[in-house]
Amino acid sequence: MPLLDVRNLSVEFKTADGLFKAVDGIDVQVDVGDVLAIVGESGSGKSVSMLALMGLLPWTAVVTADYMTFDGIDLATCTARQRRAIVGKDVSMIFQEPMSSLNPCFTIGFQIREALKAHLPLSRSQRQLRAVELLEQVGLPEPERRLRAYPHQLSGGMCQRVMIAMAIACKPKLLIADEPTTALDVTIQAQILELLLDLQKDTGMALVLITHDMGVVAETAQRVSVQYAGQKVEEQDVEALFANAHHPYTDALLAALPERASSKLLPSIPGVVPGQFDRPAGCLFSPRCAHADDVCRSTSPKSASQELGLARCHYPLQQGVPLRGDV
Amino acid sequence: MLNFILRRVGTFIPTFIGVSIISFLFIRLLPGDPILLMAGERGMSDERYAQLMTQFGFDQPLLTQYWSYLTGILQGDLGLSFRTKRPVWDEFFTLFPATLELSLCAIVFAVVLGIPAGIVAAVKRGKWPDQALMTTALVGYSMPIFWWALLLIIFFSGMLGWTPVSGRISLMFFFPTDTGFMLIDSYRSGQAGAFASAVEHLILPTIVLGTIPLAVIARQTRSAMLEVLSEDYVRTAKAKGLSPFRVNGLHALRNALIPVITVIGLSVGTLMAGAILTETIFSWPGIGKWMVEGISSRDYTAVQGGLLMIAVIVMVVNLLVDLLYGFINPKIRK
Repeated sequence: MPLLDVRNLSVEFKTADGLFKAVDGIDVQVDVGDVLAIVGESGSGKSVSMLALMGLLPWTAVVTADYMTFDGIDLATCTARQRRAIVGKDVSMIFQEPMSSLNPCFTIGFQIREALKAHLPLSRSQRQLRAVELLEQVGLPEPERRLRAYPHQLSGGMCQRVMIAMAIACKPKLLIADEPTTALDVTIQAQILELLLDLQKDTGMALVLITHDMGVVAETAQRVSVQYAGQKVEEQDVEALFANAHHPYTDALLAALPERASSKLLPSIPGVVPGQFDRPAGCLFSPRCAHADDVCRSTSPKSASQELGLARCHYPLQQGVPLRGDV
Repeated sequence: MLNFILRRVGTFIPTFIGVSIISFLFIRLLPGDPILLMAGERGMSDERYAQLMTQFGFDQPLLTQYWSYLTGILQGDLGLSFRTKRPVWDEFFTLFPATLELSLCAIVFAVVLGIPAGIVAAVKRGKWPDQALMTTALVGYSMPIFWWALLLIIFFSGMLGWTPVSGRISLMFFFPTDTGFMLIDSYRSGQAGAFASAVEHLILPTIVLGTIPLAVIARQTRSAMLEVLSEDYVRTAKAKGLSPFRVNGLHALRNALIPVITVIGLSVGTLMAGAILTETIFSWPGIGKWMVEGISSRDYTAVQGGLLMIAVIVMVVNLLVDLLYGFINPKIRK
């Protein structure tokens, strides 16, 4: 049984113009010790699906799912109290903006010890010791002094390390990192990713890495799930995905990597992710797809077989060539 | 920090002089002659009138009068009250504890109810608790104090007989008032029922005086909380699995407190103004009532001294509020 098993998760937001579907029937499976990358452009519902899991969406969100089990507990049906016992302990999450994700009014130490206090039966001095240990673990020098510091006294990279320390405080089974490096300098990005992967290896926790950077995916993930406009369009092991992408969107994302560019001009995907008012009738990617035909523009495709990376496409690619007719 | 305090105290000086001029002129602009009022219905001879004019210095030009007033203040001398012939300073501080006691009760009442009401309204925004609380707050804010006081007296004192109508304590009790705070003095007197009587007398004036600050604090807390609740660090707090009470009441509220504290500080001015009406209605022997009596008897020294003291209190309270900012939000401290 997977550690995290989410089936048919949908999230809709109540807006002034009716419901907006941000996540549309997503499945997510994460095994113990797995590293899953969820990739997609802005607006593809990557963060929202994970926030839904954590119960962190604003009140305007309506979350539905066949089930969302974590470690045998269904997060879709459990009470808020039951969820709080899991969230922050067995599943934890770090976010895109480390500077604003820490409370400016409290010291780093307070915020880390608080995470420990919420879930573990430790004494005050044990919590302090553990907090020092955690800061050492995430590579912050002078941990005792840092614990007395306020977030505004630290840099962005240090804040993200603190966030990571806080997230792993209770030794979670799953850590969700929501674009953890997007707001950081390039040099710091690599350090943070390395830290996350080291921690993952050391502790054996599962890691879900939300990113829009295929380069990050290549360096970190074991498995990749590609999302587009709230739908999962493809899922494969990382080597297989880079070798043979089956969905045209994945293919286009990979082609946009500078390392893979063959011409002087970097290829890009024309257009933007459809929003609330311009959702196409058939395949959601059809307006931007190089291989789309009338079938694509009128009928919504189903997911292809496991061998074809569950690609949500009428004509999945095989080594870059659409398979027509025989699917 | 010390530098900041000194700079703030420096800004007191022009404010202080401004208030002293305004209070000095204001009472003299009122029609009515304090000396004739002092004489009462019998009137007085022209010689005696001229003599008194000279004695009080009213025959001098305004500028000279103001100068002697200002130099007096700087030596800690607010002059003698025309009415009682006692130093204004002594009168003020004899009566001030009564006003302070009432104001503190009112502000505690407003904060203790207003902040939770604002939090609940913000967390339940758009739903019925929000609408109910904010409508109530608006009604409270719009209520004229004297009318609200009369309604409460009619209902709780008149119809139900639960609370006394006026005064600070039942006439049955007599004990030394060392501190001037009736709650403390009655408690220390050890007389059975004295403390309870003091509390009973405080209830209605506290509600009346606290209503407007309560409404303002509730609305301010709500809007500050709404802003803070969508912040990333509130999401982080939730992601730790903390209880909603801790997320809203600690992580969000601490960040929302700055504007709320500001409003609390500013409402001290409102309280002083409100105290004048409230004390008059409830015959509360504080500076509000004293000032009203001073105005009607054209007691120049009492009114200008009282106004000045109130202004200084409001300034000091707002300085304290500014200092509090740094304690609440360390980011401001640097």
